[in-house]
Amino acid sequence: MTPTRATWPRRLFDGVAGEGLADLDAHQAQWGAIPPLSPEQIIEVAERSGLLGRGGAGFPTGRKMRTVAAGSRRAVVVANGAEGEPASAKDKLLLTRVPHLVFDGIGLAARAVKADEAHLVVHDNHRLATTLRRQLAARRGDPVVVQVHELPRRYVASEETAIVHWLNGGEAKPTFTPPRPFEQGVGRRPTLINNVETLAHLATVARRGDEWFRAVGDLDEPGTLLVTLSGEGADRRVAEVPTGTTIGAVAERARVDLARSPGVLVGGYFGTWLPTDYATQLPLTHRALRSAGAALGAGIIAALPPDRCGVVETARVASYLAAHNAGQCGPCLNGLPAIAGALRALATGRWDDRQWPLLERWLSVVPGRGACRHPDGAVRFVATALSTFAADVARHRSGQLCRHAGAPAWLPVPSVAAGWR
Amino acid sequence: MRITVNPIDCKAHGVCAEMLPEWIELDEWGYPILDGEELPAQLVAHARRAAKACPTLAVVLRGE
Repeated sequence: MTPTRATWPRRLFDGVAGEGLADLDAHQAQWGAIPPLSPEQIIEVAERSGLLGRGGAGFPTGRKMRTVAAGSRRAVVVANGAEGEPASAKDKLLLTRVPHLVFDGIGLAARAVKADEAHLVVHDNHRLATTLRRQLAARRGDPVVVQVHELPRRYVASEETAIVHWLNGGEAKPTFTPPRPFEQGVGRRPTLINNVETLAHLATVARRGDEWFRAVGDLDEPGTLLVTLSGEGADRRVAEVPTGTTIGAVAERARVDLARSPGVLVGGYFGTWLPTDYATQLPLTHRALRSAGAALGAGIIAALPPDRCGVVETARVASYLAAHNAGQCGPCLNGLPAIAGALRALATGRWDDRQWPLLERWLSVVPGRGACRHPDGAVRFVATALSTFAADVARHRSGQLCRHAGAPAWLPVPSVAAGWR
Repeated sequence: MRITVNPIDCKAHGVCAEMLPEWIELDEWGYPILDGEELPAQLVAHARRAAKACPTLAVVLRGE
């Protein structure tokens, strides 16, 4: 299925008609020119707006720019549009429909941190990269030329230290040793890495101001947010919603029926499964989701349809995550395949219940021991699935036949790329 | 002082656990499990020797 867009009051997609791309003329007709703000003014308006990063960590955008701007060497800007989460479609939709909002954001960020080099990283997708390069070619007045790069299709490759390592000529694998990218990143220079949605918001904030931005959404985490919603009959539907909207309200407005769903995945494969009744009450803020033991991540909401089995889906994604480890750190390299193997046995009726304590031990011993957070995320995905789908788990453990074993795969698991360059 | 391991450099030689069995447990694949707690004073000298002995120099002492 092709990702589709839900109707919702919108900012980022404001004025974009139909399903087309807003080219430079259409973009400028909608938004006008980039205002002539000084570097300090850009950082200040970003700080006052309360804009938090939309890539997952939710770090304050203004503060991040101020830190990079204070570096001793000339800075570099990296826009992360790689969207490593298979269940996410928002960054690609943003780049496909309103690329110039992202380019404006890159330009503003570069001005703010006084960068003379900017990179836009997308996942290996030649059509998208070609479109972006063509759109960039029309922007002759930009002081900093944006270079578009196609990153290998690997789950961990879009992690920020992996992107920096790759842009520096290495493999797209996370690194462990400090310094962090904001100190020494691309070319050993202070590097500002932002998700493309964050940069698009920055482009709107610079024009309309921080009060306009804060007028919508949660008080402490204001603005709108792109979410990707999947559920019964809905495959990766992107919606722009005010922060603080509950998951139930988002689903209702996007016309996705959650009533029969046994569990909702929040945040992506790095995220958390929650029982549906509980998840629908939760507002989309970092604060609320954190206190629920979950994380907003990149805004993924996936409600398992009633005709799918939580154990089977989890086993498939666990195998995908195991295959996508970078092969660098022992606990992840060994632990994730062990966990995935146990889940496959559980899912396919080859289970011996004496394996259960072993599975529990692996889930407790693997997290927190990698260079990146890949093992932590994979374990959280599996552990919360086992508790959310406890009834399915009990059935599988007792050796009963699974009613949905033959159902086609629901959560997307792309094939693994050949290399890391 | 705390003992940490660079997880990319660690290749499960197990020398650290051999030299510091009171403090370092290995997982089923031979990689050290560290809880990140402050090392007792009487183990500091052993920890330094373990760090030096690691074939891949993956053991890192912090807070020295």
